[in-house]
Parts: sequence; C-alpha cells; structure tokens
Amino acid sequence: MNLTHLLSIHDLARDDVTTILDTAEGMTDLALRPIKKVPVLRGRTVCNLFYEDSTRTRISFELAAKRLSADVLNVSAKGSSVSKGESLKDTALTLQAMGVDAIVIRHWASGAARQLTGWVDAKVLNAGDGSHQHPTQALLDLFTMRQRLGRIEGLRVVVCGDIVHSRVARSLAQALALLGAEVTLVGPPTLLPPHPERWPVTISHDLDGLLGKADVLYLLRVQSERMREQHFPSVREYARIWGVDAQRLARLPEGAIVMHPGPMNRGIEIAADVADLHADVIAAQVTNGIAIRMSCLYLMLGGEA
Amino acid sequence: MSAVTFSGCRLVDPASGTDEVTSVTVADGLVTAVGGAREGREVDAAGLVCAPGLVDLHTHLREPGREDAETVASGTAAAAAGGYTAVCAMANTDPVCDHAGVVEQVLRLARDAGHCDVYPVGAITRGLAGDQLAEIGAMAAVGVRCFSDDGLPVRSARVLRRALEYARTWDAIVANHAEEADLTEGAQMNEGELSSLLGLAGWPREAEEIMVARDLVLAAGVGARLHVPHVSTRGAVELVRAAKARDVRVTAEATPQHFALTEDAAAGYDPVYKVNPPLRTAADVAAVREGLADGAIDAIATDHAPHAPEQKAQEWVQAPCGMLGLETALALTLTELVDEVVSLPEAVALLSTRPARSRDISGHGGPVVPGAPANLVLFDPEARWTVDPRALRSRSRNTPFAARLLRGQVVHTLLRGTFTVRDGAVISQ
Repeated sequence: MNLTHLLSIHDLARDDVTTILDTAEGMTDLALRPIKKVPVLRGRTVCNLFYEDSTRTRISFELAAKRLSADVLNVSAKGSSVSKGESLKDTALTLQAMGVDAIVIRHWASGAARQLTGWVDAKVLNAGDGSHQHPTQALLDLFTMRQRLGRIEGLRVVVCGDIVHSRVARSLAQALALLGAEVTLVGPPTLLPPHPERWPVTISHDLDGLLGKADVLYLLRVQSERMREQHFPSVREYARIWGVDAQRLARLPEGAIVMHPGPMNRGIEIAADVADLHADVIAAQVTNGIAIRMSCLYLMLGGEA
Repeated sequence: MSAVTFSGCRLVDPASGTDEVTSVTVADGLVTAVGGAREGREVDAAGLVCAPGLVDLHTHLREPGREDAETVASGTAAAAAGGYTAVCAMANTDPVCDHAGVVEQVLRLARDAGHCDVYPVGAITRGLAGDQLAEIGAMAAVGVRCFSDDGLPVRSARVLRRALEYARTWDAIVANHAEEADLTEGAQMNEGELSSLLGLAGWPREAEEIMVARDLVLAAGVGARLHVPHVSTRGAVELVRAAKARDVRVTAEATPQHFALTEDAAAGYDPVYKVNPPLRTAADVAAVREGLADGAIDAIATDHAPHAPEQKAQEWVQAPCGMLGLETALALTLTELVDEVVSLPEAVALLSTRPARSRDISGHGGPVVPGAPANLVLFDPEARWTVDPRALRSRSRNTPFAARLLRGQVVHTLLRGTFTVRDGAVISQ
C-alpha cells in the first residue's frame, strides 16, 4: 500500500485498513521483548506537533516512533514560537526547512492536518483535528476489537455519547463500516450529528433497546461544558438516560466488551465500577495504540531508502 | 474632448428596451448619438456587447484601515477591469463609516483614483455595535442612500425598527445582514451532510431565513425600504418573493459565488472558499437562479471581500470570510446564467440597470441615450479566459475561481466618456 499521509479514514480502502492492522500485529510482539526497539526508521525524523493538550496520544506516538528508532521532536503549542503568534503555516515551513520526514499533528481546528499537506513535503499523520478525524484511534479500536472478538465483520457496535463533537466517532464509524461492522450511534439528539445522511450508521435514542444485541459498547466522553451549552439539562439526567452503570451492563450479551477512548468521566458516561470491570479492554486500547502508530509510521516512512 | 464612435456593437440597454446592433457615439462625457453617423475616432466594436456600466451594490474597498488588502484605488481599478462604473462601498472599515467624515474620505479617494464612482454605504449603528444609531442624517446629507452594518446583523428588532423608521426621512434603504447570530455561534460552513462529516460547526439555513422573515415583517410594518444582501437559501428566496407579492418595499441581491459554487468546495478545507453566508447546496443554488430569473432577486452583487494572503493562509476556523468578486462577476454571469437561466438583456439588467435603480443611483445603469452620461462597458461575450489570481487588479488574491475557464471578457469601460479600461487594460487617470 502507498500511504503518503494519514488524514482521514475516508482516504483508506478496506485493504489499507487490514494491512495497517496486520502490520500492527507484528509490532505487538516487540513490546514483549527485552529490547523494545527495531532499526527500521533509523535516521528518520518525526515531529509531534501538538496544538492541543494530550497526554496519551502524544506519548503513544513518541514511543511508537522511538521503538522504530526514529529521531523524535516534540513541539507543543505552549513553549514554542507558536505562542508568539507564529502561524501554523510558518511553523510547518520551519519544520520543513529543518528536514523532518513526518509531522504528527494534533490540532484544535478541523482540517488542520489536511491544510498542512498543502504547505510541506513531509508526510502528515493526523493525531486528531478538531471535531473531524482521529484515524489512529479508530484503527487501534478496530485492532482491539479484532484481538478480543476475533473479527470485525458483522460485529454490532453501539457508540454512545457526544458524537457531534467527536473526531473519534467520525473515524470509528467510517472504519467499522469499511470492514463490515454494523454501527449504531446513540445519545440525545442534541449530541448526535445533524444531517447524518452520509454517515454509514443507524441512529437511535434508545440505549436500553440496543444493549441486548451489542457486541461492543463504545462509550464517548461527555464534556460537562456541553451541559452549559444546553446540549442536555444536567449531568444527572444524562447519566440516568445514557450513562452505563452495572444494571445496564447486565443487559449486554455474554462476551460483549465495553470500550472507551479516554479520558473517562467516571460517574457520567461510565460508572466507576463498570470502568473497573472493563479496565483490561480499556488498557488494551492504550497498549495497542503504540502498535497501531508504529504500523502507520512504518508503512508511511519505512519503505523509503 | 474629442468624440469616439463604437461601431458595430450590440447595444443591450434594458432601461430603454434596446437590443440591436448599432453604433454608440460618446463626446464630452455624454452619449451623443445611438445609430448616428460616425463622429470623431472610430473604434471597431463588432462582436462586442455595449451595455450600461455595471453597478455593484456590495463592495469592500477596505480603506481606511486594511490598505494591505485593498485600497479605494486598487479596488476601483479592479471594478473598472470587471466592467463596473459604480460600486457601493460597505461601511466595515476602520474607522467604521458611521459618520460623514469617512464618507467624505472615501469619496475623495475615489475621485482622485478616477476608476469608478463610489457610493459609500453608511453604518446603521455606531461602530457596527448594534445598539446606538449612527448619524444617518449627517451621512444622508453627503449623499448616502443605503445603511448597513455589513456582516454584523442588527440583532435587536427594536434597533432595526428604529433604523427603518428613521431612514424614512430620506426614503433611504436599510440593508441588514440576514443572520440570526444566536444560531450561528462558531459557524464555519453550511450546516448539512458535509459539515457533519467535516466536523465543522454549521450555519443552519434557519439562521438566514429567520432574520429575513423578521426584517420583512418589520419593513412592512414601518413601510420603509429594506434590502436583503446576498440571499443564499431556498427559503430566503421564497420569503423575498412572497414579500414582493405583498408589495413590501424590498430588494434583494445574490452573489456569483452563491449561484456558481456549492458547499462541496469546502471539502478540502481551503479557506478561499470560506464566506458568509456560506456556500450552500445544489438545491439552494437552483433556488437562487430561479430568483434571478423570475425577478425575486433584483441584482447580482459581488460582496467583493479582499483579504491579505496571510489572513487566508490559516486554519479554516481562523480564516476570515470573504472572496474577491469584481473581476469575475460579469464572466460568471455569462458563463453560468446567460442562455440557461436568463437572457443577455436580463443579465445586464441584473448587473447594472436594476441595482442602479434599487439604490436611486442616477447616471448609471442606463438608459444609453443621447444626453445621458457615458458610463458604459463593452465586452466580448464569447471570449474565453482563465482566471489567474496573480493577474487580478485587486491588491488581494483570494478568488475562489482560480484556474476556472470563463466566457465573457471586458474590452472597454468608460466612466463619463473617459476610458477606465481600454483594450482590456486599466487606464490610470
């Protein structure tokens, strides 16, 4: 496959996704070795350009690049010339002039990763742009589902929570549909995307009606500032209707898994005991994130001399 | 001044109902003959259309305040290049055109440049802040006929009603940006299937339609003149059409971007396609075209909005709204509308005659008859050209039509008998 940039799941074909997942399979073994490093990206420079606070994604990308022996730069919007008012374009041109091979960008503005490709020759990997896409998150989620449930095709996945503001939901729904899973989005209408005609999903407002047939219950973080914006009346009401507690959990079929991209709001979308009960899957998502990012970096940068 | 006769041109002049191949003679700033014997120098105009100079109801000249993006001189040169002899300069300058001083400054700069007549639009409220009325009377005294807070809607129904009432003193026109801002906080593009996929907050069409409906009700109640700028949704077109049927004193404009582009252009996140109101759907484009064809919409206006390159080379969310328009409006009208949606005379009416009348601008928009000021454009309706942003006369480059092949090219523009464009080149006075 020829992966120039990784901006959106919409740019990928079914085979591309499978290749990324299969390649990641090989990367997971590396984490079990005493020396967790291979020299495939030696001499290559990867820059993590982060305009938004992120702990897990940045560390995950950093570890992924380092385990492939790439040199890694971390540029955050705080503590660089970005805070002096330098534009994204000029920052990108500076990185270009310094000869970076790939830019991993996290940005609060939808579309920033795609815009970057117009300004630099470096390969661009989208680590989350606004409410648009977060492709590596979706890929690591698929990887985790495949690992736990043995397949993607035919899985019934219920995604619950703040969909409209979620880049994870946009990437995940598309990736799952590409591999033949059935996706249902559920939540209050104010947090579901308006005009979802082009989403490959079914829309529902009835969480309880869906739980009995779900293979995966994927919970998204609900930010309390959405409450102030009147997307829902109160956290208590949200938790009562769309939050997952032990009682709701009991309706899931045997073998179904609960996933969450983190960070979790315990007590809102997920009760603390539910989070603890499914902590191993949620931890696996984090672990698999490194393998998926290694896979993407390798497929983007590894083939070149 | 010596006479010039344009011979063999097709004179299209909706004001006099003329559409015939003839000659037009100009001397001493006036049209002196139509179809008369050759007088003075002869210019072979065979194959060209001669029409009254174009009139733009919605232009941003950016001066004073953002001379890096456009000046009165560069903007009016762009206007002349596009076939315009009159443009209405919007009030959102810095300082705001909310008092007679800025009006006079813009008028003086326009006179000095000599490319095109400029009719400043005054602000409705001081500083475009939406609460206290600007000195509408003082601006009317120096010739202002239309008042608008430009891209900032007057949110308060009370303030807009007061403005409509007060403007009746001069039978002046109030143009209110049609956007219920409560529904568009953070809006980036048309709300719809595409914004949902792109993760950009949407401008719901309801925001435009609610404001158009409110303003029409207020204008009808007061009996004042309302102008609806850049209509962009099917619902808004229908509201204006229905109000006209009830004899509400309303005029409306539509822009080339809203009849030639759809929201699909936003898919690559290039801010050159970011505009307010946003590019809408194919169904809205069809409705705008219907409105232009049946008279619901009175004028094609450009909303020419120059922005310096660094302003548009930002994240989509950060970049300002607006597109260049003066140098492409005529060609887009010919390419997209003429023969399919409107006839050539109807196109000239939409670009010149009706906008001039809607704003009480005399001397422009025809009629092209002996004794009238010689404000004319001669264009080749068949010439093909490709839009090259670097070749534009505007100081800015933010055209969404770069590399587009268009038909219809301006050959000569005359302002009171003086060439402002000759053989396609802008003439500095």
